Amino acid sequence: MRIIGKSVNREDAYEKVTGKAPFTDDLSFAGMLYAKVKRSSFPHAKLLRVDTSKAKALTGVHDIATSNEIPGKNLVHVVIDDQPLLADGLVKYIGEPIAVVAAETPEIAEEACELIDVEYDELPAILDPLKSRGEDSVKIYGEDNIFAHHKIRKGDIEQGFEQADIILENTYRTPYQEHAYLETQGMVAVPRFGGAIDIHGSMQCPFYVQQTVSDILGLSLNKVRVIQMRTGGAFGGKEDVPSLVGGQAALSAYRTQRPVKLIYTREEDIISMSKRHPGWIRYKTGMTREGELTAVEIEFIFDSGAYSTLSSIVLWRGIVHSVGPYNVPNVKVDAYAVATNKVPCGAFRGFGSPQVIFAGETQMNELADKLGMDPVDLRRKNILRVGDRTATGQLLDHSVGIGKTLEAACGKADWMRKKEEYSKDTGETRRGIGLSTIFYGVGLGAGGKHLAKTGAYVQVLKDCTVQFAVGTTEMGQGMRTVLTQIVAEQLGVSYRQVFMMETDTSRVPDSGPTVASRATVMSGNALIEACKPIKQTMLKTAAKLLNSRPEYLEFSGEEIMLQKEPKAKVAVTQVIEECHNNNENMASEGWFVAPTTSWNAELGQGKAYFAYSWATNVAEVEVDTKTYEVKVLSITAAHDMGKAINPTQVEGQIEGGSLQGMGYGLMEEVLTENGRIINPNFSTYIIPTALDTPEVVPLIVEEPFEDGPYGAKGFGEQPLMGIAPAVTAAISDAIGVKLHELPATPERIMDALKRKGEGK
Amino acid sequence: MITINFKINGTGKELIVPGTATLLEILREHLYLTGTKEGCGKGECGACTVIFNGKSVNSCLVLAPQVDGCEIITIEGLEKDGELDQIQEAFIEAGAVQCGFCIPGFIMSAKALLMENPQPTREEIKKGISGNLCRCTGYKKIIDAIQLAAEKLRDK
Ligand code: FES
Ligand code: FES
Repeated sequence: MRIIGKSVNREDAYEKVTGKAPFTDDLSFAGMLYAKVKRSSFPHAKLLRVDTSKAKALTGVHDIATSNEIPGKNLVHVVIDDQPLLADGLVKYIGEPIAVVAAETPEIAEEACELIDVEYDELPAILDPLKSRGEDSVKIYGEDNIFAHHKIRKGDIEQGFEQADIILENTYRTPYQEHAYLETQGMVAVPRFGGAIDIHGSMQCPFYVQQTVSDILGLSLNKVRVIQMRTGGAFGGKEDVPSLVGGQAALSAYRTQRPVKLIYTREEDIISMSKRHPGWIRYKTGMTREGELTAVEIEFIFDSGAYSTLSSIVLWRGIVHSVGPYNVPNVKVDAYAVATNKVPCGAFRGFGSPQVIFAGETQMNELADKLGMDPVDLRRKNILRVGDRTATGQLLDHSVGIGKTLEAACGKADWMRKKEEYSKDTGETRRGIGLSTIFYGVGLGAGGKHLAKTGAYVQVLKDCTVQFAVGTTEMGQGMRTVLTQIVAEQLGVSYRQVFMMETDTSRVPDSGPTVASRATVMSGNALIEACKPIKQTMLKTAAKLLNSRPEYLEFSGEEIMLQKEPKAKVAVTQVIEECHNNNENMASEGWFVAPTTSWNAELGQGKAYFAYSWATNVAEVEVDTKTYEVKVLSITAAHDMGKAINPTQVEGQIEGGSLQGMGYGLMEEVLTENGRIINPNFSTYIIPTALDTPEVVPLIVEEPFEDGPYGAKGFGEQPLMGIAPAVTAAISDAIGVKLHELPATPERIMDALKRKGEGK
Repeated sequence: MITINFKINGTGKELIVPGTATLLEILREHLYLTGTKEGCGKGECGACTVIFNGKSVNSCLVLAPQVDGCEIITIEGLEKDGELDQIQEAFIEAGAVQCGFCIPGFIMSAKALLMENPQPTREEIKKGISGNLCRCTGYKKIIDAIQLAAEKLRDK
């Protein structure tokens, strides 16, 4: 292949290194106003009065909208319809939006927000997720505060534990994680003729924003156009919540009939936008003396915050991934997403899986310890192979690369030798090595079947360049580049001849969200479909030029040639020109629906995802035995993504995801006090810097997926998912401490050692 | 309002701005030089890094009166006659760019670093960019890019 599998430079790199790439805040329109949002200062309270009169009187203020001023439905639709755009009589978390101000400058808008007089009647709040389900807890959702309960029932759990020689039971806790995308949320709404509105903004899912704006304004969908700007990182944090931002900007723009820009401040973004769900997770694992898993019983609770948002499907992905990439005959899983009076949690790279992977992989590592078996050997015994069934009963018939990633990562990291060498450390700093093996269900799966479709549009122009559009978005992950490569490869043109238009809801039909590592597979396949009729036209035209028949011809590089006689050929550019001279239609649409999945909710059994990606991470650390500071020396990460369409972009995902995973494992934690986030900035919420970077060694394993473009599966999320347990296992290996709570800060390591000393 | 005179990307400018305006606001809102980004507005992320009298600074922390009489280089000032700076080229070639929001800041920090120390070690590079946050790349290819730029400089 000419372009697939090659590390061509990123399609958007030039505009990004020159500062020309247009992000949302770089946009301006004549007559543009600036919006700010007035937010709740209580976790749970009745709104007795929202008095905007003083604020309205301020010079430069053009509009203030509360829930009363919403012309359509006061609703941000995600899964269950419980979330308003603006609080209506009741607030359920600190930071919940109450009113939107539009003014001539951001400073005036800010001042007006302060002048809005809100009278609250504070109500008791439910803040502890473990008490949320309790009978006498304050109820903020339904009768039991449960947004969702998902389960898996496979085999006979009691019998499974009877067959076990050892049983390990532990409880784990994982923290809130903040996305910390470098660009905060932002939208610009622009009223258009015919009562229509355009929304430009930073987002993953333009079709979600389109729905919310349509609901809020009471406008039909055909009058709402959403255009994605360059998006400065997302990681799931721009999946559903941009609908709030877009709805707020749209409301002001619609009411003032002026363009309105709304850019969140960092603090506002951290206190009010989604997070990774904190988890409380209990595992009971049974194993034979020989190291075979016999039973796994799991219960976990996700602290979901005040509204249901994506929690139900985050929880669902959590259960499907909770047992890990292992053969387990007997499984029982119960998981609950519960309501609390805190910021709603949502999507974050891994989507409910990093929490349970931390617990599940720690179980595996501790069981290996108990059996006196090498954790790599324990994996070899239990990992899934072709012909096996997952915990949800899904038969794996191909593209199962876990074994290869295990051998690749452990081989490259020189596992056996290092394990031996590090065990001899006796000084003040001790080294250790640990691992995790994980899998990732690609796409929305059975939990999101109705969204599992994607459109594409391709046009070949008369100057032999190509433009295309898809409904999925570029947020930094490299989709533009990978899709540009696919189109260039398909049409026999050079990479530089192809240009992807900005993602815009008016160009392709609703293509679902850009989440679940689905863009390469879904949009890649839709583009291949779109290229088909154009290629047919080109072959037909080339046949005339070569005095042959289309079925005897094939694309070869940037030429079309006779299969049997490669010397008889014509340049693709000449064919394109000829097509245009003949008034051929050189534009086409493509459509792709994901391979089928199925789910039985009562048993938690079914074909959960159409494909799985696989990975093994090996972490090496150095622990200071006086201060308990941990330095991660290296992460060797082997990933099977089917086909690396652009190996450099794949490496970039592995390197970036690994560091986010390391942050999750060692340092990142959103802290709350009485429902208030107390570290809403980068000086108190610490993410890794260049000084913290370990040596990340990315390894690519390719087990092709037959329904993927060129064999590719998605994999963008999984680089983060298994890092934390590999790092904590390495810490355990270094200093013999058991870590069941993240992040593993020096204080937590010290506490865990103390508990161990006390014989716990 | 105050009047300030300064040099921006080689050109002299006179502006009347509020005394409380930050250099970042002056660049983005008065000069429409939007390549410099705001990630926090509080000196915590480095997205707004520019070169100020030869040193890298967070432009969100510099106030208008300090700008008077100074010389500033922004990301827009690096490309000369359609030719990219070696650092920009190196960022493209090393695959150091993902979402790109942090990238102008990193390139300006790298520029300041290489102006002072044209052949830095990997550790010196890490220190030189430790005030810049990137959430996408894991920094590895950014560090590679700066090393590559130093090599390009040496070979020139
Ligand atoms: S915007 Fe200046 S340091 Fe973040
Ligand atoms: S490339 Fe996205 S923050 Fe650095």
